[in-house]
Amino acid sequence: MSWVLQGVSILGGPPTDVLVDGGVIAEIGAGLRGEQTLDAAGLVALPGLVDLHTHLREPGREDAETVETGTAAAALGGFTAVHAMANTDPVADTAGVVEQVFHLGRAAGHCDVAPVGAVTVGLRGTALAELGAMATSAARVRVFSDDGVCVSDAGLMRRALEYVKAFDGVVAQHAEEPSLTVGAQLHEGVVSAQLGLAGWPAVAEEAIIARDCLLAGHVGSRLHICHVSTAGSVELIRFAKARGIDVTAEVTPHHLLLTDASATGYDPVFKVNPPLRTRADVDAVRAGLADGTIDAVATDHAPHATEDKETEWAAARPGMLGLQTALPIVAGLGLAWSVIAERMSSAPARIGRLPGHGRPIAVGEPANLCLFDPAATWTVDGHALASRAHNTPYEGMTMTGAVVATFLRGEPTVLDGKLT
Amino acid sequence: MNRHLLSAADLTRDDALLVLDTAAELAAVSDRSVKKLPTLRGRTVVNLFYEDSTRTRISFEVAAKRLSADVITFSAKGSSVSKGESLKDTALTLQAIGADAVVCRHHASGAPHTLSRWVEGSVVNAGDGTHEHPTQALLDAYTMRARTGRLEGLRVAIVGDVLHSRVARSNVLLLATLGAEVTLVSPPTLLPLGVDAWPAETSYDLDAVLPKTDVVMMLRVQRERMGAAYFPSEREYARRYGLDAARMAALPDEAIVMHPGPMNRGMEIAAEVADSVRSTIVDQVANGVSVRMAVLYLLLAGGQTADQGRGGAA
Repeated sequence: MSWVLQGVSILGGPPTDVLVDGGVIAEIGAGLRGEQTLDAAGLVALPGLVDLHTHLREPGREDAETVETGTAAAALGGFTAVHAMANTDPVADTAGVVEQVFHLGRAAGHCDVAPVGAVTVGLRGTALAELGAMATSAARVRVFSDDGVCVSDAGLMRRALEYVKAFDGVVAQHAEEPSLTVGAQLHEGVVSAQLGLAGWPAVAEEAIIARDCLLAGHVGSRLHICHVSTAGSVELIRFAKARGIDVTAEVTPHHLLLTDASATGYDPVFKVNPPLRTRADVDAVRAGLADGTIDAVATDHAPHATEDKETEWAAARPGMLGLQTALPIVAGLGLAWSVIAERMSSAPARIGRLPGHGRPIAVGEPANLCLFDPAATWTVDGHALASRAHNTPYEGMTMTGAVVATFLRGEPTVLDGKLT
Repeated sequence: MNRHLLSAADLTRDDALLVLDTAAELAAVSDRSVKKLPTLRGRTVVNLFYEDSTRTRISFEVAAKRLSADVITFSAKGSSVSKGESLKDTALTLQAIGADAVVCRHHASGAPHTLSRWVEGSVVNAGDGTHEHPTQALLDAYTMRARTGRLEGLRVAIVGDVLHSRVARSNVLLLATLGAEVTLVSPPTLLPLGVDAWPAETSYDLDAVLPKTDVVMMLRVQRERMGAAYFPSEREYARRYGLDAARMAALPDEAIVMHPGPMNRGMEIAAEVADSVRSTIVDQVANGVSVRMAVLYLLLAGGQTADQGRGGAA
């Protein structure tokens, strides 16, 4: 079915009509006609968002999220593709598991699901998983990550970086030197000292980023850094890029907005790994995102069952929901729409090697689109989000900007802010 | 006063002085042959202890019983807690049986905060992880005031494992509220990063601090810290940060020596220091009962005056 998006603003440009037909953008101009019309006056069109970092929890923790519910949340958040992290149960460290997740995504149909493969068997950090088998499977894995834990062994990390070159893969590192974060609960600083929570020092992230950038440079490989959270990390990545090292990086909406001061009431909804940092770190990651040192926004959407969050802080699992709140948060940072499109769609699609996503909004391009009303306001209610879990740190917060429609290859997955 | 006592920071200067003054009044009860007031008759105080602590548990138990409260002690071992019941379910159980106050000792920092969201009664933090132990700080302040006659301008050195010490955190906050001057003395590995924001001075040099100290409070050193390389050996720790007779002699004449217990004699404190006339360690235990009576009384019967409570006893 063909759709005309009437009076839409492409990346904040002047209002125009966009005709979507046959899965592609067929025509852009005034007075277009199609089988269906969507009044898009006041809406901004962005290329469909792409998330490099989503925990869909299936298989294993279907009580917290499923591929169906997680991709529904993604579509409602304006995403047309998500990368499903490998720390499921069983771990996505074989072609069988990544294909299962891929097919579940296909069946759900809300957005494309690109499974991430584990770097090491069982995320144990000792032996490489069969990366090639995952790459050549139906799931076409290109991003490999032990996210949740760091590939801390330098020799193994070097081999992983080298090995994935054969199929144009990338290792996405969860940068956390484990010997510096034993029992760590919260950013090590004034707040952790006051609360008596074991500190998660910035240097534990930065030391691994420094090491891995040098390793990637040494072996000439692509490296991606997950959820950059500290000012020092931004500096290191800036330095590595200036040296010509092929490194990319992502930052989460929560690290762009929240600080460790949120933890003072010991509400574990604010517990996340890496932890929320200081105001100075928030300012630095924002600056890094603006100047391109940080290539992408990634949600690190991490649903957790209620009983895993309604506990004492130390017993709670780290992580927070993020898919449905990501775009309003990023849109509030004062970036140009073209920059938002680059950071939330084009760059993550390039890093993940997802053809057909993150493309310009131009005639002949795949019609993967997100229509966003920058003026709408809504109040976050964890129980109203599409995820099975409710652990949003933004409960009760008023968001400015709402996703009105999402198109996946020309077909709406979301219309009028609701799943189709 | 707030409904709960979760942190020493919950107490204003007036609140803290009210607790100390009330404790002084209630201390008289402990000197009588019949050590009991009817003040909390019919009220239920639950001691919820997720961590072994004979000293604190007994102190709260005695305090509640001297105020005629019904006391239930619920310790992790041998209860549903050891079978893996969540803190929330335990809280709902306590709520259902009508606990007026829950005294909570927990190995996780912040657990009493979390608990306070789920119960209607008052929650008293009896030590949470490496966070706080506010009634310990109150009994320490009570002891300092009783022995030295003042708190304003009192020079207090807190010595030892500040990083993991809930006693140190609560004492720093309370003593700052009460106008004392605190110096934390510790090897650099056992001071938290972020300590600069605390209302206290810091030093690595015990010998330099002692001559300018009115109160020296020695913290217990957990032997398991040694394995984590916070310091090389017990002997080295004792040599650099232990309070022995020679160091005690460097203190001003009127200075006192405190320890929250249990002590490692021969490590952070020499036996002859612990048993000396300067030592307040036995006083601290006795004062603990009075201070905890005052806290329970003020939280649960704050509307009445202490005199009314005593009048009922006559």
